[in-house]
Amino acid sequence: MKRALSPAETPQVGRSLPRLESWLKVTGRAEYVHNLRLPGMLYGRIFRSSVAHGRIRRLDVSAAQAVGGVHRVVSAADLTEIVPDPYYGPAFHDQPVLAVDKVRYVGEPVAVVLAADPHVAEEAAHLIVAEYEELPAVYDELEAMTSKAIVHDALKPAGTFPDLKHLKGRIGTNVALDFHLRRGDAAQALAAADRVFEHRFRTQQVMHTPLEPLVSVAESTDSSLTIHTASQSPSFVRIEVARLLGWPENRIRVRVPFLGGGFGAKLYIKLEALVAVLSLLTRRAVKISLTMEEQFFTITKHASSFRIKSGVTRDGRISARECEVWWNGGAYADIGPRVTQKSGFTAAGPYDIEHVAIDSYALYTNLPPAGALRGFGIPQLVWAYECHTDMMARELGIDPIEFRRRNLLRDGRPQATGTVMRDAAIEKVLDRLAVLLEWNRPFDRGTGVLRRGRGIAIGFKACVSPTTSLAAVNVNGDGSCIVYCSTVDMGQGSDTAMAQIAGEVLNLPAESVRVVHSDTDVTPYDMATLGSRSLFHMGNAVKLAAEDALKKLNQLKSELQMPPDTAIPEIFKKKYGMQAGNVVGTGSFIPSYAPPDYATGLTSDATPFWMVGGSGVEIEVDTETGRVRVARLVNVADVGTPINPKIVETQLSGAAIMQLGFTLFEKMLFDDQGQLRNASLAEYRIPGFLDVPEEIINEAVSAEQRSGPFGAKGVGETGTFGVSPAIANALDDAVGVRLTSLPLNPEAVYQALAK
Amino acid sequence: MRRTIRFRLNGEAVEAQVAPHETLVEVLQDAFGLFGARESCGQGLCGCCTAVVNGRAVSGCLYLATFAEGGEVSTIENGSRLDAVQEAFIECAGLQCGFCTPGFVLMTRQLLEEHPEPDDDTIRHYLSGNLCRCAAYPQIIEAVKLAARKMRQT
Repeated sequence: MKRALSPAETPQVGRSLPRLESWLKVTGRAEYVHNLRLPGMLYGRIFRSSVAHGRIRRLDVSAAQAVGGVHRVVSAADLTEIVPDPYYGPAFHDQPVLAVDKVRYVGEPVAVVLAADPHVAEEAAHLIVAEYEELPAVYDELEAMTSKAIVHDALKPAGTFPDLKHLKGRIGTNVALDFHLRRGDAAQALAAADRVFEHRFRTQQVMHTPLEPLVSVAESTDSSLTIHTASQSPSFVRIEVARLLGWPENRIRVRVPFLGGGFGAKLYIKLEALVAVLSLLTRRAVKISLTMEEQFFTITKHASSFRIKSGVTRDGRISARECEVWWNGGAYADIGPRVTQKSGFTAAGPYDIEHVAIDSYALYTNLPPAGALRGFGIPQLVWAYECHTDMMARELGIDPIEFRRRNLLRDGRPQATGTVMRDAAIEKVLDRLAVLLEWNRPFDRGTGVLRRGRGIAIGFKACVSPTTSLAAVNVNGDGSCIVYCSTVDMGQGSDTAMAQIAGEVLNLPAESVRVVHSDTDVTPYDMATLGSRSLFHMGNAVKLAAEDALKKLNQLKSELQMPPDTAIPEIFKKKYGMQAGNVVGTGSFIPSYAPPDYATGLTSDATPFWMVGGSGVEIEVDTETGRVRVARLVNVADVGTPINPKIVETQLSGAAIMQLGFTLFEKMLFDDQGQLRNASLAEYRIPGFLDVPEEIINEAVSAEQRSGPFGAKGVGETGTFGVSPAIANALDDAVGVRLTSLPLNPEAVYQALAK
Repeated sequence: MRRTIRFRLNGEAVEAQVAPHETLVEVLQDAFGLFGARESCGQGLCGCCTAVVNGRAVSGCLYLATFAEGGEVSTIENGSRLDAVQEAFIECAGLQCGFCTPGFVLMTRQLLEEHPEPDDDTIRHYLSGNLCRCAAYPQIIEAVKLAARKMRQT
C-alpha cells in the first residue's frame, strides 16, 4: 500500500483515530472464534451438575451414547489418560477439567457429549443421568467463614505465587486467602476519635455477559496442539495447558482473533483445557460454544460484604479506618485470591488516613465461580467506602465534596500500604466533578411524586503488579511495519493504540501499521489483557520495540553511509541489492515492584500506576414505584495523557453504563438450593438503550503518567468506580433513604421508602 | 429430513439443504459462510443475529431457515462499499467489540427508512431491541443522527 511508504505528517499519539478494524466490524467480517469451522470438527455439549454440593454416585451415559450421530460421551474418568491430575487455575489448582468424584455448584461441568451435529450433542446431553449424594452446602460469604460445609477438602495453591505457599494443604476451611494490612494503630486511634462511624455494605453476584459467549476450538496431532480461543490471556492458556499435559510450551499454539467482549470473563482457563483434552482423546478438532445461559455457570463477579469503621476528628479529619471485606468466590478460586489482596489493599479509599487496618478474605462457597469483572474488585470496595464517606459527611453536617477534599490522598503522601502516591490526579478529578455538576448551584429536589437528588463518589485502583509484557516490531523492506504483541483486542481498541504508539516512534501513520493478533507461535509473552494494564505495560513494550527497530535502522544507515533523512526502503535496497530483508526490534517491560510484608501488608512499591475515577449523578426518584432514573451522569478520570482521546471517552462511557446495570437492576438470583433462577437475557436484564441517561459527560483530566508510554495509562475499568455509590448517595439526597445493598432496584427503593 | 429451499441471498439466487429445525443464522453460517449474523442470547432479545427477510429485520436465531423459501434475504455482507450508516458508525465510534454492530447497522437502516429525521427518543425506542454490552449507546445515537444527515445530503 502506498500509504505505508509515506511518513506521518502529524503526531500519531493524541489522534482520535477510529478503531483500525472498524471496516471489518461494520461489514460483519471481523474474525471471531465463533466463526471457526474445521474439517471433521466435533461439537461438544456440556452436561452440568444439578446439585450445589454432592458426591457423584452414578453417572449413566448409555442413553446419550446410543443416540445416532453421537461420537463419544466423555467424563472425568476418560480424561486421566491424557491429564493425570486434571486440576487448573491461576491462583489455586482447584478446578477440575470435568467434575471428579464431587460437584461443588449447580451448573458445574460433569460430562461432554461430542457429535458432528451440535443439535445431536445437545439432545444427547439431556439423556445423561447423574445421581448424587448431596452434601451440606454454603452460599453466603459470611456464613462460609464458620460453616461446617467445607467446599474443598484441602487448599491447593498454585506454585506461581510465593505469597500463597503457606496455604498449601490447609484443611477444614473455606478461606482461600486472607490478606491483612496494618498501618499505625487503628484500634487505638478509633478509641481516641471524636466521632466513630460504622456501616456494613453488600454487593450482589452479577455476570459479564459478553455478547460473544465463551468459545474455544482445539485441533491436535500426537505432538502438537492448536487452541483457537476467545481468551484474554493466550500466554497463560499455553503455560497452563502445557503444565496439565506435561508438554513443552513450544508444542502448544494458542491463537486469539477479535473478542466479542471480555470484561474479565475470558481470562485464564475456561473451556481451553477441556477442548484440548477432548481433541487429544478423539484425534478430531473439537469446538465448544457456550450458550448465553451457560455463561452464567462459568464465571461471575464476586458478591461481597464489607464492614467499614472510621474515626473522625472534630474538624472532619478521618484519623482511623478499619475495613473487613469478605469476597464470595464461589466454588473455584479463579483469580479471586488476587482480587482479595491486590484490590483489598485499597479498601480504605483514596484518603489520607494515618491508622488503617484491613482484613480481606477470599471465600469458597457452592455458587458459580467468581473472578475479575471490569474493576478487579474495586467497584465493590468503592461502593462501600464512598457510601460510608457520604453518610459520615451528612452526619457531620459537612458538604460531601468538602469532607472528601479535607481527607484526600494527595501526591507525595503515602497510601495505606506505605507506597507514596505519584501521578494520581485525585484532587483534580474531584474538582472537575464539582465543576461539571455545578455543585455550588442551588439544586431543585422537587416536591411531588418525583423527587430529585444528586451525589458523587470517587475511587482509585492500583494496577496489578508485577506483570510482564513483551513485544516485537518488524520493519519490512518496503518500510511498512508490523507489531507483534499478545494483547487481545476485545473492543477496547488496543490494536489502534499499539499502532499509534509504534507509528509515533517510527514516524508512520498508525493506519499503515499492522498489529498481529495473539498467536503464541509468533507473538511474544504477555501476562494477559486485564486490569487496564495493557496500554501501560504493552504500550511501553511496543514503544521500546519500536525504538529498538529505529535504532537498528539508524545503525544501518550509518554503516551504509546514507544520510539521516534516507527513506527506509532505500536502506534495505542498498543493504541487500533489492527490496529484501527486515529489521526486528524487541521490547520487554516489567515495572519495579516490592512485595508486601506478609504480616502488615506494607510495601514501598505496590503498583506501577494509580487509576482514578469519579462519577456524579443527578437522579429522579418516583416515590410511588421506587424507580430511579439517572438524568445526568458525569464521569471524570485520570487516564494520564490519552493516546486516543475518542477511544478513551468511549471506554469511560461504556464502563459507566455497564456499572449502571450492576447498580440499578442486574442480579443473579439463587434459590435456597443454590439454583440460579435467571440465567438468560430474558430474566437477567442488561442495560439497553432505554436505560442510558439522557445526558452523559465523560472527561479525562489533564494529567501525565510519567512512567507510561507518552504519558498514558490504562482506562478500561476507571469509568466503573464511582457510579454505584454516586447513585446511592443521590438517592439519600433525594428521598432520605439509605440503601446499603446493591442493586438499587425499584423493589428495594420502594421498600425502604415504605419504612 | 433435509429438503432443498431456494431463495435470493444478497441479490443472488441460491439454494440450500436445510433441516426443519435449522435457523436462518445456522444456514447463513454453515451453508454460505456468512458470519455477520451471529447467535448470542438465543432468545431474539439482543439483535446480534439480525438479518433482513423480505425487507424486514428478523431475529435470525429464532427465524427458521425454511421460512426463507422463495424470499429475499439480505445480510450485513450485502453491498460492496460502505453506506452512510456504516460510515457514521465508524466516524462516531459507534462500535467497540463489534459483535452487535451488524445488527445495529441493519436496524438503523430500517429505522432511517421509516424515520428519516429521528429524534433521540425515536432512536432509543426503535433500537431498544438491540443490546451492546460495551454500551456504545451514546455514540450509536450520534451515529444514527449523522447517518440521517448524510442520507439527506445525497
